Formats: sequence, C-alpha cells, structure tokens
Amino acid sequence: MNAVAFQNGFKNAAITSVVFVILAGMMMGIQLIPSGTGLSIELAEPVRLETLAGAVLALFLFQLFREPLSGLWHNAKSALPLPEQGLAEALQTQGEKHPRLKQLAIAFLLAGLIIWPFYASRGSVDLATLALIYVMLGLGLNIVVGLAGLLDLGYVGFYAVGAYSYALLNQYLGLDFWSCLLIGGLVAAFFGFILGFPVLRLRGDYLAIVTLGFGEIIRILLLNWTSITGGPNGISQIPKPTLFGLEFSRTAKEEGNVPFHEFFGIDYSSGYKVIFLYLLALLLVVATIWVINRLLRMPIGRAWEALREDDIACQSLGMNKTAIKLSAFTIGAAFAGFAGTFFAARQGFISPESFTFIESAIILAIVVLGGMGSQLGVVLAAIIMTILPELAREFNEYRMLMFGLLMVLMMIWRPSGLLPMKRPHIALKESGNKQTSPVTQPAKAA
Amino acid sequence: MLSIENVSAHYGKIQALDDISVEVNQGEIVTLIGANGAGKSTLLMTLCGDPHPTTGRIVFEGQDITGWQTPEIMKSGIAIVPEGRRVFSRLTVEENLDMGGFFESNERKAEMLEHVLELFPRLKERFDQRSGTMSGGEQQMLAIGRALMARPKLLLLDEPSLGLAPIIIQQIFEIIEKLRDEGMTIFLVEQNANQALRLADRGYVLENGRIVMADTGQSLLVNDDVRKAYLGA
Repeated sequence: MNAVAFQNGFKNAAITSVVFVILAGMMMGIQLIPSGTGLSIELAEPVRLETLAGAVLALFLFQLFREPLSGLWHNAKSALPLPEQGLAEALQTQGEKHPRLKQLAIAFLLAGLIIWPFYASRGSVDLATLALIYVMLGLGLNIVVGLAGLLDLGYVGFYAVGAYSYALLNQYLGLDFWSCLLIGGLVAAFFGFILGFPVLRLRGDYLAIVTLGFGEIIRILLLNWTSITGGPNGISQIPKPTLFGLEFSRTAKEEGNVPFHEFFGIDYSSGYKVIFLYLLALLLVVATIWVINRLLRMPIGRAWEALREDDIACQSLGMNKTAIKLSAFTIGAAFAGFAGTFFAARQGFISPESFTFIESAIILAIVVLGGMGSQLGVVLAAIIMTILPELAREFNEYRMLMFGLLMVLMMIWRPSGLLPMKRPHIALKESGNKQTSPVTQPAKAA
Repeated sequence: MLSIENVSAHYGKIQALDDISVEVNQGEIVTLIGANGAGKSTLLMTLCGDPHPTTGRIVFEGQDITGWQTPEIMKSGIAIVPEGRRVFSRLTVEENLDMGGFFESNERKAEMLEHVLELFPRLKERFDQRSGTMSGGEQQMLAIGRALMARPKLLLLDEPSLGLAPIIIQQIFEIIEKLRDEGMTIFLVEQNANQALRLADRGYVLENGRIVMADTGQSLLVNDDVRKAYLGA
C-alpha cells in the first residue's frame, strides 16, 4: 500500500469514525436524568461507553485496512477450489472416467452406511432416518421440478396422502406396514394423476399456484374431516414396521407373535427399533435411486427433459405432452407416497401439522439447492437441510436466520446448485458405438 | 402428397385462415410467402393439428388427417422445423438429434444420424456441445437435422432464415436444395420471398388469411404485384 492510498484510507477511516461517534454517541452515550423539575444530560454508564469506544476502534481499523482485507479475501476465494469446482464435482468426473472405481466406491459407501448405525448414537441414527425421508422426497420432487420442469408447490399433499393411507388403512382395516407401503404409493400416485389433469394446460406461475392450492386442499380436508381423520388430533398408535412379522417392542402386541429380541434370544434394547427403521429407510432410498436411474435411461426420462427444455419443440417431434406431464406427476407423487407411509410408521403419530406448506418449501429448497435434476446433488442437499438445523440448535431463534443466510450465500456462489446436473450418457454411447461399428452402406434415406 | 382443401381456421372468434387450398406434390419444394400476420405460421400450425381447421380437409398421402391430434400427425411422416429453431438448448447436439428420432429404433437412428452428420459436417464438429451455446446458423442446422431424424416424407420449414446473417441464409437455402435433390418433399414458409421463390417449384402468396396468388416460383418472381409487395422493386 503506497503513501497516498494510506492517506486516503486514513482520511476515510477518520471521517467514518467521527460520524459514528456523533450518531452512536447521541443514541447510546448519553442519558437524560430527571433532576428537580427539569432534565439534565449525563454521560451513560461506563460499560456502555467502553462498548462504544471499542466499536469506534473496530470501525476505524476496519475502514483503514478495508482495501488490503478485501484483496486478501479475493485471493483466498480464488485459492479455494469450492466456487469453481467442488470436491464432490471432481469426484463425479472421476467416477465417469472410471466406472469400475465408481462401483467400488458405491459398494464401500453402502457398506459404511449399513454398518454405521451399530456404532453411532441413537439420536444421530434417528436424525439420519429423518434425513433419508427427505432424500426420498427430494428425489421424487426432482422428477417433477428438476427433470420435467413443472414447478410443484403442493408436493407435501402427496406425502400426506401416503401417510394417511397407512394410518387409516391400519386403523380401519388393520392392514400392516408392508402392504400399505405399496398401497400408499399407489394412492399417492393416483392423486398425482388426478392433479395432473387440471394443470395440463398451465405453466410456470399458474402451475405453481394451482399445485400450492392442491397441497392446501389436502391439508384442510384432513383437518376438517374429523369423523374419519381425527382432524387436528391426528391419528396415533400407528404400528411400527415389522421384520417378517417380528415386532420390535418389548412384548408382542398381537397374540402369538414373538418380539424380535426373543426370537433371536438376545436382550431387549429399544435401539434395535431405531436401527431397523434406519436400515429400512436406507433400503427405500436405494430403491428410489435405482428406479429413478432406470427411468432416466429410458425414453420417458429423456422426454421429461425435452419437455422442460421446450414443450413446443417436444410436440413438434410427435411426443405427447399430456402423457409426459401426467407421468411426471404420477411417478413423482408415488415416491412421496412411499415416503409418507414410512414417515407415518416411524412417527407412530400423524396430524395435519406435519404437512404444512413449509414442508413443500423445504423439499423444493432441497431440489433447488442440490441442483435441479441432479440426483447426487439432491441427496447431499437433503442431508444438509435436515442435519444443519439440528446442529445449529444452540443458536436458538437465530437458527432460521443462519439458515436463510446460508441459502443466500449458496445461490450467490453456486447458482445452479451444489452439484449441477449431469445427464447419463447412455443413449449417446449406444449410438456412438453403432456409428463406429460397420454400418458402411450409405444411408438409405438418401 | 399433401393437399389442403378449403381450410379455414379460427383463434376463438377471430378468423385466421379463410378457405385455403394448397397442394404439395411428391419431390417438390412449395413455398408460402406473405407479410407478418398474414397467417403463414397459422397454416403450418393447423397442418400440425393445433388449432384444428373449422372447415375443410387436410389429406396427407391419401389419409384424411383433419381431426388428428398433433402427436399422431407428427408421427405419420410429417416433420416440422419450428419457427425460431427451438432446439433443446441445455442438451448437446447429439442429444438433440437423438430426441428427433425418438420413435425410431436404435439401428435406424444410428443410420439416420450418419446421414444428418454428412449433410451438416458442422454438427459433427459440435457433437458434444450444448446446443444453446452454438450460433444461430448452427442451431438452425441442428433444428433441420433433428426434424430429419424422424425420417419424414414431408418436411415443413417455418421461416428458416429468421434472424440469420445473409451468408448463413445462403447456406441454409443450399441445404434445402440438397434435400430436394435427395427426393425430400418440402413445404417452405418464408418472409424472405426472393430466395424462397428462386428455390421453389411452386409458390403461394398469402394475404390476410387468403391465398391471393398461386404460380410457379419463377413466374411469381417476375410478377409485378409480388415484386412490388414482397421484393421491394
């Protein structure tokens, strides 16, 4: 820093400090004391004055060294790999280069995830289970919003449908978790299909508003249909999932049933149930990822993306816009249904409280933060979005403030999400191979 | 091959096309010229089934396709290069072409891909590039290539010269000519009357939703009325 710049900086800092002293001094540095009939002005308590002096000093120093500081910050920012290419992104590229390595990494990761709960605390396993539910929801909404480009603000409605399907079917018909998992998914898918029809002609903002309304309709219906859903009281004592009929409670609830620990001759521990729920959620998430990956490699996955890019071009190629939109809504809703069923089983109690708009917003935030359409990104974002608020619990009411700040920063640094989408290049490689293989005769269309 | 017989079309209550009759024969380039708002694009849209004609008939290859839905029409051997190109901008060139052959088998797709890349060597250079990052001319080539991937019998082109530099327009028209030489039937809608008429076997002039003139491309090109209204002479 040369002399002129320093002089300028000093001048600037001095002026700022004086202005600060005048402004803050008037507000904090003096106080009015009633004396007799009038008021007298006195200096504030020493603690306040000290704080004030500290603030002035800090401000002065900050202004004085602002330029070199911002230079340092810029250097630090460019030195960090994060804004340009994140670690996870680099991993992704590596994975594409070495498919075997990728498989091995996935196998290790899975093994780690399976073994982990046996060594972790009960609380963290429980939290991980919650994160996995959000992963499932995020992946489902990702189909609708990220891939097909249809902004859905009422996704929580399908989640509620799944949860209430299990709760009600169990309460009235006594069906167990496993059959309800299937039914809950199907019922939610059916609702997705139903919602699909009125919104076929809508796009963008209008679509968002109608889906928002749909989510609210479901919640309000659940709230007011007291005779069946229990209204605001919700439904309690929803049974937990069983492992091939083995319950995880201390004593079997049903006649002739043996609890898990008695069957294996081990001591009872409530931790088994938590671990079992975690592993079940993990299984569901892995299945979800597998199914969606399959879909992405099928024509339907490409059609979703084409619809997102340009629906008129899509139609001009002979694709049926109606079918593509409906399939996106239906399949997306089905995953919310599975997640909802599992949620009801894990909680044991559900009420309309759990399915408010803020839930939809969080799931949408997961999709956007993760990078629209990117599966790995959505998984990461779901984990961050569930675990971060828990970690920040000690900040109490400032928690949501920090959360908001984090999201703003995210959008500045990585506007296209944590891990922007990379499409599977399966279809391309196929045609590429065919091209190199001897198709030597001239094209017949000529 | 395609005959549009006395077709009218409406947007709500507003009449956009009035008693239009157009004939396109196998192997021809037929062009439709007209000013802004004359109904050129509407005619193409009606041909694609959106909106449906209110009166009249559209017959393609002996089949009456008048009331068909858009997806069926687009799968029956008609392909369109939409106005303003409309490539899938976040997909690569390869993926765009792949989408063009959506309903084709993999073998046929690969065969057709080879042919399209022969026609447009530029697309081969840009094969893995996102199409939104290409120049307008390249995107137009891609849009045409994508339409060809479906192996159409009839190719509809909606203002392929829109917003392109003159030298690029020249290239695009050369490609259209090449396609005709390969036996493709082409229905070309253009504002660039001069070049369209030069290339076309026959032409129609559309004004306010009506066909006001129909002749060979050459005679329209020297017709005084056409010269005054569209060629700036």
